[in-house]
Amino acid sequence: MAAATAVSLEQIDWENPEQIGLWQDAWQRFRRNPIAVAGLIFVCLLLLDALVAPLLVSLHLIADPLKQNAANSYAGFSLQHPFGTDYLGRDLLSRVMFGARISLTIGLTVQVIYLLIGGTIGLTAGYSGGRVDNLLMRFVDIWYAFPDLLFLLVVVSIFQPSLFVIFGAIGIIGWVDLARLIRGQVLSLKEKEFVEGARAAGSGPTKIILRHLLPNTLGPIIVSLTFGIPRAIFLEATLSYLGVGIPPPTPSWGIMIQDGNQAIFAYPHQVLVPALALAITMLSFSFIGDGLRDAIDPRMRR
Amino acid sequence: MKVAEASPSTERRVDPVILRVENVYKHFPVGGLGGAAVRAVDGVSFEIRRGETLGLVGESGSGKSTLGRVITALHPASGGSVLFEGKDVTKLRGGKLRQIRRQLQIIFQDPFASLDPRMTVGEIIAEPLDNYGLARGRQRQLRIQELLRVVGLNPNFTNRYPHEFSGGQRQRIGIAKALALNPSLIVCDEPVSALDVSIQAQIINLLQDLQREFNLTYLFIAHDLAVVRHISNRIAVMYLGKIVEIADRVDIYDRPQHPYTSALLSSIPVPDPRREANREPIPLKGEIPSPVNPPSGCRFHTRCPIARVPGVCSEVEPPLEAHGRPGQVAACHFAGELSARSATETRLPSA
Amino acid sequence: MAAPLLRVEDLRTQFFTSRGIVHAVDGISFNVARGETVGIVGESGSGKTMTAFSILRLVPDPGRIVSGRIMFKDQDVVQMNDDDVREFRGNDVAMIFQDPMTSLNPVTRVGTQIDEAMTAHERFSKKEAEGRVVPLLQKVRIPEAAQRAKDYPHQFSGGMRQRAMIAMGLSNEPELLIADEPTTALDVTVQAQIIQLLKQLNREVGAAIILITHNMALVASLCQRIIVMYAGRIVEEGPVEQIFDSPQHPYTWSLLRSVPRVDVARIERLVSIKGLPPDLVRLPPGCKFHPRCRFKVEKCEREEPPLEQVAPDQMARCWVMMRNVPQEQREETKAGEVSHQAATELKQAGSG
Repeated sequence: MAAATAVSLEQIDWENPEQIGLWQDAWQRFRRNPIAVAGLIFVCLLLLDALVAPLLVSLHLIADPLKQNAANSYAGFSLQHPFGTDYLGRDLLSRVMFGARISLTIGLTVQVIYLLIGGTIGLTAGYSGGRVDNLLMRFVDIWYAFPDLLFLLVVVSIFQPSLFVIFGAIGIIGWVDLARLIRGQVLSLKEKEFVEGARAAGSGPTKIILRHLLPNTLGPIIVSLTFGIPRAIFLEATLSYLGVGIPPPTPSWGIMIQDGNQAIFAYPHQVLVPALALAITMLSFSFIGDGLRDAIDPRMRR
Repeated sequence: MKVAEASPSTERRVDPVILRVENVYKHFPVGGLGGAAVRAVDGVSFEIRRGETLGLVGESGSGKSTLGRVITALHPASGGSVLFEGKDVTKLRGGKLRQIRRQLQIIFQDPFASLDPRMTVGEIIAEPLDNYGLARGRQRQLRIQELLRVVGLNPNFTNRYPHEFSGGQRQRIGIAKALALNPSLIVCDEPVSALDVSIQAQIINLLQDLQREFNLTYLFIAHDLAVVRHISNRIAVMYLGKIVEIADRVDIYDRPQHPYTSALLSSIPVPDPRREANREPIPLKGEIPSPVNPPSGCRFHTRCPIARVPGVCSEVEPPLEAHGRPGQVAACHFAGELSARSATETRLPSA
Repeated sequence: MAAPLLRVEDLRTQFFTSRGIVHAVDGISFNVARGETVGIVGESGSGKTMTAFSILRLVPDPGRIVSGRIMFKDQDVVQMNDDDVREFRGNDVAMIFQDPMTSLNPVTRVGTQIDEAMTAHERFSKKEAEGRVVPLLQKVRIPEAAQRAKDYPHQFSGGMRQRAMIAMGLSNEPELLIADEPTTALDVTVQAQIIQLLKQLNREVGAAIILITHNMALVASLCQRIIVMYAGRIVEEGPVEQIFDSPQHPYTWSLLRSVPRVDVARIERLVSIKGLPPDLVRLPPGCKFHPRCRFKVEKCEREEPPLEQVAPDQMARCWVMMRNVPQEQREETKAGEVSHQAATELKQAGSG
């Protein structure tokens, strides 16, 4: 029995070096990037602020951002108003903190729209190839040719500005980059042997797209979405600055900058405070995006 | 199921033909006007019997890999038929094609690109099982583990990812996946070319053992003639999209009928310094022509050391017909003239 | 006896990674005489490519030559400053890589690149260099050399690109040519031509050649001496006839028997070496090959054998030595690769 049907257990490769998973590896590399980590910390604080701000108001730890006090307008820094007050006497600190809620809401939810529209178009175009790909990509090209801001202004003037309309409009504009990115990724992955292997195993196109192509493009998608956040935030701020964004009195950084514009030379802190908040937020997301891209890049893995 | 008598002295099998390739074409349009195309496979016919291994050898531009993919319906054929157990794979669609896929599997060359890096080993092997609903729950897990064990891998590694394994181990995973559906024929597309030398022998032995164990039929595609000779019963040689010779593994090395086969054989280095000191490879003129515009007449005539140019070689395409030993075919007007013996002596025609 | 052209003495090259220190080259010493052809054979993790990179001071980050000397004529390459190294590279020693497509600049004409290789070293004047390009291409047997010099790399086939690389390597008349897997990416008929070319050039030009490869047959074809590497160290070396006739190290012996050959009667089963190439961060104790060795004894697991002389000119690093292994033990066991039990279960399940 032993010789003829010998189970060659000792020839089985039982040995295997322990290695870490792909996402853990990426996280470890991300952690070693101090700028990216700094960005992440700031964003976490911002998120915390956005969630907790109304609570702080009800606990009277910060002032009510909507409460006007004409007597105390244009105040400078004080213990009661750490960032001063605006032209209507409203506390700037709490307005900046509430402004973060708007920016983050728009920045993040718009990515979902980008993913749904851009993702579907990119995946379909990339996988189908041929005429479908051609048609979809020409559509993308035409869409891309529209001037963003102009289109936004037109949309917003047709429908009354509201949170919903704003992020709908921003979402419909900006998915083009993601669509192109995903299509490119799918085109290169499509020819890889593991996709052929999936077809040989009997998997249909839907399964291949969802199970094989999408997870393998996740890295670049996440990076693209991370960079999309500051772009969306800036678009919203621009709209608000132009007066066609979030309707007052809801505080938005864009509106605050517009408000402070009137007395910019006399009281520069009115503009500086929201502008800095905007700039640092955008920078932080960019740092995170850069850090993610380096961390996920498989070529940098040794 | 009929089992062949595998007598050691003769390799002539009497099993039924399991795969018949008839005049298969695969052209890739090159774009632009004029309809130019890369004629990757340009009229190929042969058959494979159940239980045997047919080796398919060729260099770059031969079309061997493309042919492998047409046979497994990963590329649609531009013409001709691929008859698997009587059914034409090239004409099947939808459900019928899916059913046939169970019987016709493929193993790929690159162990790094042939496994989805985002799936665990267990998920990779489960994919074919799930697609056909072959096992569920506990049974499914057991099946996966058995498949891993059968190819010599630790069955406890189902939660590991491909990048945690070596090249040879990844190739074993690919083999396990190909076996999952219990196929009859497996196309092995250069399965050991990307592996370390000491690991190649492991995988070659594994493939041979699996063949015996599961009565598999192989189409073994490779550029390494020594490996092909070792594992195949019969060998087909391809050049620029066409088959130039098919012969038994003994005959093809002792008495190659086609000058290209002879040239290939004479080019193989041998791990024997004294033989190497005397070996002179048969020189081939020029470069491999472009498959977009193959030469007229015999495709090989531009490089052939015995071609009659201008003459029949540049004007008439030679048919693949019987030359040399019984069962041996070659496509050459002067078959047998340039016959190399075991890569050592070369006998050039006295003409 | 003339002084050797190249003397590598106890070279150690290591990579400092997050996983630990990779001992890529772990104390190797060998000589190359003028005009000699030496083959360095090994698989992944053997250290053969890093040896070549170390000789040319091309070790990439995060690697470093940690100790040892590389004496070229009478200068230590390890100690050279950057200027001297640049002078040395491409001039005294040239390297040919595996994939000529990535080693050639795709947007520059081939002739220009060869020209630049010469002018970079200022051995020839501009006019002289220009004049040498076409004869160099002819020397590597590129047909219509004058015309082809004006072509771009993508217009060359794989084999011709490799010939162009060789021409570039020879342009400054180096005394040593290091070829790292020069034919792996090429068709077998082209491979044969390139090896022929290297043989001819070695005779005509007199440059010594180090051929780095995993293919022992190529070494048999081109080289006079062979060095077998495993886990960053030399496990056997000697003249090719001797090593191929009677290899003493079990790795060399197994390697020769695990490769299918066309010149001998077909054997039913290849000798396979079980296990995997070593993890260079966590090497096993004792002999580095022992986990995969069929002929090991107890001492092999504890103590690493030194490189010893086993015959005139032949050195091997082994406690056992193949000549001491009786014939019966050399026979491959009957065990197959496939677990019969698992196979039976699968077949029962599959026929359902």
